[in-house]
Amino acid sequence: MRIDTGDTTWILVSTALVMLMTPGLALFYGGMVRQKNVLGTIMQSFVALGVVTVQWVLIGYSLAFGPDIKGLIGGLQWAGLNGVGFAPNPDYAATIPHQAFMMFQMMFAIITPALISGAFAERFKFSAYIVFVLLWSTLVYAPLAHWVWGVGGWLRSLGALDFAGGLVVHISSGVSALAAALIIGKRKGHGHEHMPPHNLTMTLLGAALLWFGWFGFNGGSAVASGALAVSAFMTTHIAAAAATLSWIFVEWKHRGKPTLLGAASGAVAGLVAITPASGFVGPLAALFIGLCAGMLCYFGVNIKNYFGFDDSLDAVGVHGVGGVFGALATGVFASKALNSAGADGLIFGNPSLLFSQLLSVCVVILYAFCITWVILKIIDRTMGLRVRIEEEVEGLDLSQHGESGYIF
Amino acid sequence: MTMTEVKGFGRQKGHTEVYRGAEYKVDFLPKIKLEIVAPDDRVDEAVAIIIKCAKSGNVGDGKIFILPAEEAIRLRTEETGDDVL
Repeated sequence: MRIDTGDTTWILVSTALVMLMTPGLALFYGGMVRQKNVLGTIMQSFVALGVVTVQWVLIGYSLAFGPDIKGLIGGLQWAGLNGVGFAPNPDYAATIPHQAFMMFQMMFAIITPALISGAFAERFKFSAYIVFVLLWSTLVYAPLAHWVWGVGGWLRSLGALDFAGGLVVHISSGVSALAAALIIGKRKGHGHEHMPPHNLTMTLLGAALLWFGWFGFNGGSAVASGALAVSAFMTTHIAAAAATLSWIFVEWKHRGKPTLLGAASGAVAGLVAITPASGFVGPLAALFIGLCAGMLCYFGVNIKNYFGFDDSLDAVGVHGVGGVFGALATGVFASKALNSAGADGLIFGNPSLLFSQLLSVCVVILYAFCITWVILKIIDRTMGLRVRIEEEVEGLDLSQHGESGYIF
Repeated sequence: MTMTEVKGFGRQKGHTEVYRGAEYKVDFLPKIKLEIVAPDDRVDEAVAIIIKCAKSGNVGDGKIFILPAEEAIRLRTEETGDDVL
């Protein structure tokens, strides 16, 4: 098999772009918490680079993409990256070294558990967090990645489309975030103490890095350089821009003022929603998906107020709501003329795609919610999930890490 | 003269901030507190200067309180009274 240097270059660049999203997420979340928790929050994202990389090399990649076992999970033949070498694996990417594909996928596995941390910000014990990330990556991420993307995976065989991770990354993390927020409970003082974001300039820098990295996330998911990568790159940008506008216009109308936090949140909501659709839809569909995502997620972040859970940084409202909408929108707007590996959606006369999208959304929601619930209950019973009350008051920076974010 | 950055409010009240739909009523606004100890015969002059500089005519301009200082002692020389000022 011949290695294409252009394809390999683009995947290496994309891999680096997606890597940068995790520190970007750290800043995005870090700016939204109170000053005493800025380092603890940033650390929860950043440490995923360490934990998940080790897990991915040892077993994660093999469980997700290794030789299929009954459509449910990959075998352990590739554990320790055994046999994952320079020769391309035509099942996944025929023109780049297998190691490039493995690295690209690793970056997705890293950011996904970090996304969940937004739901339990400002109160999760660091030691418990590391155990959670290890278990979640192994028991939730790897199986879902196999079902949706692995050769032989049962959702993939069913015809579900997920170009860059709407199901595997966003719905799974958004739903797990809901389970986590319910189990760990509210922050001390939630509802009557002021907990405004302490540094929105940091949050905007994080959102900008996420947007930048998302070109690799979606564009790189073409696993080749060329027309499909360009199409995904373009739809990604269009949806992010449209959602930025729709979020701030809705809140302008609803609350009287357009906010910077709203613009940053809208951009991320648009990026989330276009993720599963990015390689299957055209520019106008991307525009529509972005406009709807900004509005839906604006209301999505208010769900928690009605149900009374403390999804502190809106992982459920943005990733859960945006992810579900994006997966369903893929079933409506996908076009085989744009991507022959895809399928036609509802507006091209094929309702069956929307059905398989809906089914896969339900499956991912059920599986991610239940397994995350069990993982967190077990950790809670054994080592405890939450910092002690006086540690929470002191802040994660001092209580978990012994340092302060700002010494002026 | 000592200047301190403080937070407070009088009749003008605070404002409301909204973050992703979560409303926060901010009562305390950033203010400047000036402390000046002056000889009796220069108090009116100090008050006039503060009014000239700080008055905008709007709610929230602030207030001046005048109270007596019983004694003043300079640590370095242990002088007392008006000599210190």
